[in-house]
Amino acid sequence: MWGEVGIAAAKSLAVLVMVLNLCVVLLWVERKGSALIQDRIGANRANVFGGILPFNLGIVNTMIADPIKMFTKEDVVPAGADRLLHFLGPFLAVFPVMVTFAAVPFGDVLLIGGREIDLQVAALDVGLLYVLAMASLAVYGVVLGGWSSNSRWALLGGIRGSAQMISYEIAMGLALIGAVMTYGTLDLQVIARAQGEYLWGVVPAWGILYQPLAFFIFLVAGIAETKRVPFDLPEGESELTSGYFTEYSGSKQATFMLGDFAEIILVSALATTLFFGAWQVPFLARDGWYFPGGTHLAMPQLAVAALQVASFIVKVLLLCCFQILVRWSLPRYRYDQLMNLGWKRLLPLSLANVVVTGAVIVLAG
Amino acid sequence: MGPLTFAVLAVLLVVSALAVVLHPNPVKGAMALVATLFVLAVVFVFLDAHMIAALQVIVYAGAIMVLFLFVIMLLSLQDDLPEGGGRVGLRTAAWIGGGALACAVAWICLRSPLGAPPEAPQGYGGVEAVARSLFTDFLLPFELTSILLLVAVIGAVVLAQRRGA
Repeated sequence: MWGEVGIAAAKSLAVLVMVLNLCVVLLWVERKGSALIQDRIGANRANVFGGILPFNLGIVNTMIADPIKMFTKEDVVPAGADRLLHFLGPFLAVFPVMVTFAAVPFGDVLLIGGREIDLQVAALDVGLLYVLAMASLAVYGVVLGGWSSNSRWALLGGIRGSAQMISYEIAMGLALIGAVMTYGTLDLQVIARAQGEYLWGVVPAWGILYQPLAFFIFLVAGIAETKRVPFDLPEGESELTSGYFTEYSGSKQATFMLGDFAEIILVSALATTLFFGAWQVPFLARDGWYFPGGTHLAMPQLAVAALQVASFIVKVLLLCCFQILVRWSLPRYRYDQLMNLGWKRLLPLSLANVVVTGAVIVLAG
Repeated sequence: MGPLTFAVLAVLLVVSALAVVLHPNPVKGAMALVATLFVLAVVFVFLDAHMIAALQVIVYAGAIMVLFLFVIMLLSLQDDLPEGGGRVGLRTAAWIGGGALACAVAWICLRSPLGAPPEAPQGYGGVEAVARSLFTDFLLPFELTSILLLVAVIGAVVLAQRRGA
């Protein structure tokens, strides 16, 4: 029994460490990437060894110095703020996102000493519903952070945030229904395994081939859920100072930022799981490579598992980079454009996707 | 569900439910209701009703309560609540109604025999089991509910248009 508990704890810790580290890496990618896009040098003040190294250590600066700075800063709570809810706000923004990763499979299985370890923290029959449920709770951090600060900017940001997140949740859920219909299950690990098939023996049957429209809607709605440009009206720094987290400083503001980055990773992880073959590496099965044409190349199970986890992380990172690219390329929507896009474009499109998917499934048997 | 789990969840549930009614601040009352619904979902999980637990969080905690909070925040209710928390007649009626409901629940609980609940069958409460009973045994109520919801949606659109014109 203790073995089971130990394995579960190790898996949870592994996922948590993976997500937190990815968050910090993304912070650096965001700074350096935005600098590249805007033709600046970017985070470059990290020449720790006096110019001996041929490259600068901006990533070290971002990964160590910045968090230390954020977490040792003075924490200001504005006068008239609701102290309890002001304190809880950042936690409510981060906690639901972090626990959502429990349902996301990051690998197939690991065989150690005759024991088969499923590389997923919680094997849930209702996996995708659990993901949607937890993601729908993330809005409380925004709403409470905005309300409890006793500031007009923050309150406006919180109200905008709640309306936006509720609107796009619907399109997102309906887009996912199309994917669920294709796989016939809500269990994310089963969905991941189903993408190990091949069309005509050569093309990996990843979800994007069956549900391209669902992927597009999911990605747009997902970016809206992360509240970043072009959907960053809850923050809206040119109108609302910093929106819902205007009155936060130091470690609490850093926690809100952490929640944002964790959401980016969550959207990427879900898109990878549902549409890009999850942890699948093309032609790699549990006991080695099976290339088209009948070539078989055996490979130790540990290496296969490591390769699959690495493939998952690489796919997630690529999608994260794509989201950062979007964030630094587009201007912000107006509020009416935001609502029109969510309700009048994405929602009917996702409904049409469900209908067409259903028709194809019925006709194709 | 073991007795310890049940005790912890029950205490959390009752305390948060009491906070909904007794807390003077409407935003905190609404948050207490969110907590109540969330703990109730956890109870459902321990009773093997995973599907219901997920739906409970998505629909109530994640959507309806956000709209509640949205309205409370838009109206900023905390400034204009009457002293003493409302009219005396309404409060008395609420106490009587709540007391009667509590008595009825207690009566039913005391009449039913205590003992371990029967073991749930394989797959009970999962997506497939719920969907199967929903689309076979309960198809008519299910369809009637969806028509009711459709009527409500159309009603909301009509009302909103009349306001806008």
